[in-house]
Amino acid sequence: MSLADLWFVLFVAIIGAYIVLDGFDLGVGMLHPFAAKEDRERRIVLNSIGPIWDGNEVWLVVGGGVLFAAFPVVYAAMFSGFYWALMLVLIALILRTVAIEFRGKRESSRWRALWDSVFSVSSFGLALMLGVAFGNVVTGVPLDKNGEVQIDSLLDLLKPFVLFLGVTTVAMLLMHGALYLVVKTEGDLQARVRRWVPRFIALFTLTAAISAVWIAMGDYGVTDTFTDDVWTIVFPTAALIAYVLMIVMVRRRRDFAAFFSSSAVLFTSLATISAGLYPNLLKSSTNPAFSMTVSNASADSYTLTVMLVVAIIGIPFVLLYTAGVQYLFSGKVKLTPSSY
Amino acid sequence: MNPEFLSRLQFALTASFHFIFPPISMGLGILLVWMAWKHVRTGDPVWRQSSVFWVKVYGLVFALGIATGLVQEFAFGMNWSQYSRFVGNVFGSLLAAEGVFAFALEGGFLGLMLFGGDRLGPRMWLLATFLVVFGAHFSALWILMANSWMQTPQGFTTKMTEWGNQAFMTNFGSVVNTPSFLPRLLHTWVASWIIGSALVLSVSAWYLLKNRHQEFAKRNFSTAIKVFTVLAILQVVVFGAQMAISVTKNQPEKLASIEGNWTNESCAPLYIVGWVDESAEKTYAIGVPCLLSLLSYGSFDATVPGIEKFPKDDWAPVNLAFQAYHLMIDLGFLFPLIGVVAWFVWWRRKRERMPRWLLWVCISTVFLAEVATIAGWWTAEVGRQPWVVWKVLRTDAAVSPTLTTGQVLLSLITFALLYALLLVLFLFLLDRKIKHGPEAPEESHVSDLPNTFREVFRSRSQGRASGELELEEEHVAR
Repeated sequence: MSLADLWFVLFVAIIGAYIVLDGFDLGVGMLHPFAAKEDRERRIVLNSIGPIWDGNEVWLVVGGGVLFAAFPVVYAAMFSGFYWALMLVLIALILRTVAIEFRGKRESSRWRALWDSVFSVSSFGLALMLGVAFGNVVTGVPLDKNGEVQIDSLLDLLKPFVLFLGVTTVAMLLMHGALYLVVKTEGDLQARVRRWVPRFIALFTLTAAISAVWIAMGDYGVTDTFTDDVWTIVFPTAALIAYVLMIVMVRRRRDFAAFFSSSAVLFTSLATISAGLYPNLLKSSTNPAFSMTVSNASADSYTLTVMLVVAIIGIPFVLLYTAGVQYLFSGKVKLTPSSY
Repeated sequence: MNPEFLSRLQFALTASFHFIFPPISMGLGILLVWMAWKHVRTGDPVWRQSSVFWVKVYGLVFALGIATGLVQEFAFGMNWSQYSRFVGNVFGSLLAAEGVFAFALEGGFLGLMLFGGDRLGPRMWLLATFLVVFGAHFSALWILMANSWMQTPQGFTTKMTEWGNQAFMTNFGSVVNTPSFLPRLLHTWVASWIIGSALVLSVSAWYLLKNRHQEFAKRNFSTAIKVFTVLAILQVVVFGAQMAISVTKNQPEKLASIEGNWTNESCAPLYIVGWVDESAEKTYAIGVPCLLSLLSYGSFDATVPGIEKFPKDDWAPVNLAFQAYHLMIDLGFLFPLIGVVAWFVWWRRKRERMPRWLLWVCISTVFLAEVATIAGWWTAEVGRQPWVVWKVLRTDAAVSPTLTTGQVLLSLITFALLYALLLVLFLFLLDRKIKHGPEAPEESHVSDLPNTFREVFRSRSQGRASGELELEEEHVAR
């Protein structure tokens, strides 16, 4: 395993952490208008992620920085090539952040209703775009030999398969967010969300199964890894086990265990797709020779070593205090004067 | 109009807007640490009341800082793909380190800081506040390190690869500690603290003017005026001067542009205000004779190199750099004056009956300090042109080649509208918060809050932090 391979694994792990953590934030955002019936409930839903969403979004920033440093040409190609897609992501991220912050600042019900819709629409948009981004990484993009993506319009990024992966991601995060809300709430609100959980699981199962078949049938080269390197089937196997465990835990009403299993489903699904893509980072649909791979697109060993030292010193601390803070804010939501 | 020019405009807009917020997170943060510490030491409820008030402002500022900061991280790849490909090995690792070491710390503990007023006793709240504020400073350190590398690059080599010319790190130590790094870091930190103290000064001066929340206002004014004045003096005498010396030494072209100094001059004047006619290559300005020579080289008759000495291709937009720089230094000279006068009157009149005009001047300081700081940023960035990495990569060779004029124009307009909306909402909410004022000091439940690590975790595992009392709905609503 080369240094670049190690950084590929670390990058996937960081993105995995982002999807698991911000994933439930986005799911909660999408559920917000439906789950909560009146202002107090809405505040409970919002405050279920209130003290931790900043910390969760950090993983996106770290992921962006790591991609920039470890695979600079991929960062350059993707970010400039997906210009408008990323503009939309940024607009959604900005609006979502300010919606969370601004909502509670005035009593007016119109003011609150406005920011509630901004919050849920932007959460939905982000979930969809996250899936679309993955879809494009799976299908490959028109990458030229200089490492630039030649796209004429945003519509080039929205092929049916790619859009369907977006829908799958939305279903997945609805499920994940609902399981999180069940952990964080009580009473009527909890009962309502609990009733929806099986439906979200069914929706996720359906969309994920179709996506999986679509990926396997489509000529994306994703399945080759699993036949070439048989050990890699641990990833899809783990995903399947996590999925079964999640259903068992939901049935037994072991709420936290169910949420934990769903986190594992998200993480291992990402690992499966990433293993399938390896060694490609960004495939060229123009000419396979222009594809960016872990070996030809990585930074040199000096930079990767420096970064490894940074990661070895920094990441354990981050994990430790993230776990500590999440623990302190775990348990049912209680509204206090400083809540949102 | 071409994609490069529009991308520069867009970066200038988004970076300047972003740069309103992080200095407040640092400067106000330092004062919040001070307030929390004073509360631990004295138990005086006014300090807790101050923390509770300012931490809400902090939350608002921080949210906007995060949202607009993400734009900056994305912008390198979106608009400057050739730059990103070229510098990724060097510059990218500094951004990644910022994320792992610093931003994670801020983001991780922010929740505890913002919600700590109801959950944590004085000591634990101080700790949470300290960690966030430390994270904010540490974050700025990495960003300024990356910026300093663009200004005074070293510790790297360039090689042709299959992706074109790329920079590779050869010495991490030299990359992190470039010649302009330390002066830039200190200059920016101090500027941020000035902004933070100016914010507290402005708001408490406004309360004094309106005769509201006297106890709170006096305490806050008293702290802020001292911090503001001392820092403003130090900024002129030490940190700003050091920055100027660094530019003189490392980027003489930039010094010439920002000073509007066309020909080599001994006994060069330090201009105060003026206008640069770039086509005639002349500067019309009033200034103090020989002062620039003295400040830059420590001697009245030292020769300061002029712009004409350098190749015309390498000239920055002189007038813009000149105006930004002079706006900054003029304000920089004004702040110690305001501080000394206000502090003196405050002391002479024994904290009573400050003249109204002087209070208005104090109120204006936060706006002036923001203007000065953003002008300073412009000085650094415009003065570096036409280079994006000084003497290594030109800005016009850094832009994403796939962008079209229409695309960038549309995104620029989108950002302009979105940011205008954010600014209006931010000011509106800040204004409301300030008019609403601090809550009455309430000490009753503070002593019940967990105040050691053991208590914090124990209160959690008992399922009910003692501060988490179910409060009446109307009390809860802010």
